Amino acid sequence: MRLELQGITKRFGSLVANDHIDLVIEPGQIHALLGENGAGKTTLMNVLYGLLHPDEGEILIDDRPVSFRSPGDAIKAGIGMVHQHFMLVPVFTVAENVTLGAEPTRGLGLLDRRRARREVRELSERYGLNVDPDAYVEYLPVGSQQRVEIIKALRRDASVLILDEPTSVLTPGETEDLFRVIRELKAGGRSIVFISHKLKEVQAIADTITVIRRGRVVGERPPTATDAELAALMVGRPVELKVTKDVARPGATVLDVGGVSAIDDHGQTALNDVSFEVKAGEILGVAGVQGNGQTELCEALIGLRPVTAGSVLLDGKDLTQATARDRLRAGFGYVPEDRQEDGLVSDFSVAENLVLDVYDRPPFASGIALNLDAIGANAKTLVTEYDVRTPSPQQRVGALSGGNQQKVIIAREMSRDLRLLLASQPTRGLDVGSIEFVHRRIVEERDRGVAVLIVSSELDEIYALADRIAVMYEGKIVAFRPASVPVEELGMLMAGVVSDGEAGDGSADRADGRTGEVAEDAATGRPDPGDGRAGGTSEAGPS
Amino acid sequence: MSEPPPSVTTQESPEAPRRPQPMERAGQTGRAVINSIVEGSPAVVTFLAIVAALFLGALLIAFTNDAVLHAWGQFFSNPGNAFAQAWDAVFAAYRAMFDGAIVSPATVAAAFHGGSVGAIFYPISQTLSDATPLILTGLSVAIAFRAGLFNIGAAGQWIGGAIVAGYLGFAVSLPPVIHVIVCLLGGIAGGAVVGWVPGELKARTGAHEVIVTIMLNYVMYNLLSYLLGTPKALQAPGQSNLISPNIAANAQLPHVGGPPPAVDAGFLVALAAAVAVGWLLNRSTIGFQFRTVGANPSAARSAGISVERAWVLVMAIAGALAGLSGASVIQGSAVHAITFNSYGTYGFDGITVALLGRAKPWGVVLAAILFGALHAGGTTMQAATSVPTDISQVIQGLIVLFVAAPPLIRVIFRLRHAQAGSMEAVAKGWNG
Repeated sequence: MRLELQGITKRFGSLVANDHIDLVIEPGQIHALLGENGAGKTTLMNVLYGLLHPDEGEILIDDRPVSFRSPGDAIKAGIGMVHQHFMLVPVFTVAENVTLGAEPTRGLGLLDRRRARREVRELSERYGLNVDPDAYVEYLPVGSQQRVEIIKALRRDASVLILDEPTSVLTPGETEDLFRVIRELKAGGRSIVFISHKLKEVQAIADTITVIRRGRVVGERPPTATDAELAALMVGRPVELKVTKDVARPGATVLDVGGVSAIDDHGQTALNDVSFEVKAGEILGVAGVQGNGQTELCEALIGLRPVTAGSVLLDGKDLTQATARDRLRAGFGYVPEDRQEDGLVSDFSVAENLVLDVYDRPPFASGIALNLDAIGANAKTLVTEYDVRTPSPQQRVGALSGGNQQKVIIAREMSRDLRLLLASQPTRGLDVGSIEFVHRRIVEERDRGVAVLIVSSELDEIYALADRIAVMYEGKIVAFRPASVPVEELGMLMAGVVSDGEAGDGSADRADGRTGEVAEDAATGRPDPGDGRAGGTSEAGPS
Repeated sequence: MSEPPPSVTTQESPEAPRRPQPMERAGQTGRAVINSIVEGSPAVVTFLAIVAALFLGALLIAFTNDAVLHAWGQFFSNPGNAFAQAWDAVFAAYRAMFDGAIVSPATVAAAFHGGSVGAIFYPISQTLSDATPLILTGLSVAIAFRAGLFNIGAAGQWIGGAIVAGYLGFAVSLPPVIHVIVCLLGGIAGGAVVGWVPGELKARTGAHEVIVTIMLNYVMYNLLSYLLGTPKALQAPGQSNLISPNIAANAQLPHVGGPPPAVDAGFLVALAAAVAVGWLLNRSTIGFQFRTVGANPSAARSAGISVERAWVLVMAIAGALAGLSGASVIQGSAVHAITFNSYGTYGFDGITVALLGRAKPWGVVLAAILFGALHAGGTTMQAATSVPTDISQVIQGLIVLFVAAPPLIRVIFRLRHAQAGSMEAVAKGWNG
């Protein structure tokens, strides 16, 4: 099936989300749509899937114009979509989910469960999807859930399958699996539309890459195009993809985490005897698949989650029992994982958000009176310095783009005198241009002698920033590695595959972590200043 | 699958925004006004809600009137009369309401012929007097709402304030001005204690403030009833009714400008409270905390704000405002004593006033004055036209109903749907 979009235009009020987009998806092709967040990729696919109606333009299937009033029409025409957020019923089995909405029945409207299972098994085997039809969806890992979505689309005979940011929730290993499945599907004659903002993935999987910027097609490239070329197309200007940074010059230990354990919201162990330290002027990157305790680690460090054991020391001062406020005062900077939820008050102005954690200190307050002039002046300075694109400091922060919202948080945290910067997923959902900016500021902060802890599930980010890498798996730090660790090894560690001798207990991790440091220190010809202390704290930790 | 539509404020426009020319600016202002009308800005929707409520109230007035019903019974023989009768009934009722709430032409005419000039201001002073306690309970509900809490307990807090203010009023003897102030402060303290309880319970145990405040209302009703029925407590000596002794003359709020205007210094106290709440919310660190906690408690926590402490404090302040309302009624009304009926519906009307005023101090003042006018006018309407005063209650209810359901107003008046935002937040965002 040959699918063609001609002059698709979609407006939301005065915004043109899609501006005369032409696109041809040839049969049996993997066609990548590359663009920043907000470029209009998803809008375009929602038009194609019948969720939105184009203001102009038409869709042609095998050169015949069609019009989709609803996703039902699109499905009938052979278009399937796997959304970024899965549309599955967690308490149903795979087979039930797959057949939901188009259930096979025997006479009298009875469900034909056996046939449903058989269909799922057949599809699963044919494309190597490896999904058990009787498994309950809520117990499946994310990668399998995604494959259930793919089976759902395949069962309805989708000849064009749209995958919207399919890798954003996957581990590197799962991503490889997905790519294998996509290639199988292609071999079966189906076409795939692969939406992403990640250059490497697009280069790895696509046959053709269409780059979209600000609702327009700005170019079509073969997968052999270089990173720099694609990034420049996406952003509209040359982009520095690699953060240029000097070798770290670690100083004294700033953050010393000893044997910290904590439970999650459901009372399950989320952190299990975690120990590490971060030195002044170095960036420790915590890698790991999401949901392995990183969220809880950050919350425990900033004082939002009580620890059940262990200690948190900043510059040797015990802050284990300190409140978030005390820790912020002591020099913590915090860039939370979920900026909308934890980092910003979206109904507040940019100016108010820029003083969210310093509003009650001079010069922004005297006594209990706010000094609105100082708050306004502060906003003006920071908006310029951090290049926040906002019509005015009085603008609601919720109306800004994700990248600019993140800049507001970064500006707020970095405008204080920090000892430690704790940044979780600092560039999640940001476009290439904003990522470059945020990364540069983080490295600058390091060079100023601040200890930096980056928690990220994006390996690119870990590699770009970290001087040292700690890998988290199931609430533990399973290994420390130097930043030069090969990606295959890191992927294995993230999946919990740990070589003998370093699995589990904290002291081994600690020792390994220092191996990395020593190697690096050897390279710069300086002794490791934390050597003597490290052993002591790891023993003191669990007590 | 939610790629947000590209924001207006993305990466483009490297050049600074052009300064608009004067003409252009005037045009923009004009367009802004028109836009706010057709898109239904909160103020416009509120106004239209009042119009719609008055219209439905008019239908009720017309079709509960015997003469009108009779005329409509003969609609086919004399359709003109049916409409005329309906119009007359509605016009007479609303005119009486206007006379009673704002100004009566009769008194103006009388003043020209040697009558009392003060009488002209009697209706408006009555309106402001009726509005006074509503401003305070409205502020009580509004400030809690800004911190994300739904204070249903203004009624109970009101009683707490009334008990302390009333007791200090009759049991203590103090010099003139000082006695008034002491009683008002007593009311503030009494209400603050009753408000503090649900705040503290929520902070410590997570008990939902809606349930706790509702239940505390019952506790306070019955406490008041017990105290007023116990001679050694609040009951006036020799009384078998539920009534306290009269408060001392020194404790009574003085009238402003002397009689006949009924407005007393309580109204000024309420206005001062509105100014204070406005300052607290918008210009103080405490208000910044409250608003942050109300708008996004997670972000507040991440920024090191103690959400629990904010809850306790805002509930105590909310209670203090409702308690001040109680004091203003006991010290200001004609009765000058606590009775079991003193609390009226001030507490619950405070919720509707806060809703109508969109939880903003000046909005609350205006909404309370509107309700005061409906109340003062309703009484006159009943006296003049035998239309029951309940009609004004119905109109109040309808206004709030329409305000709480902006989409309804949009449909009725065919407004474009745009930037819904704040209004729906007030209507359904009561921190469920």
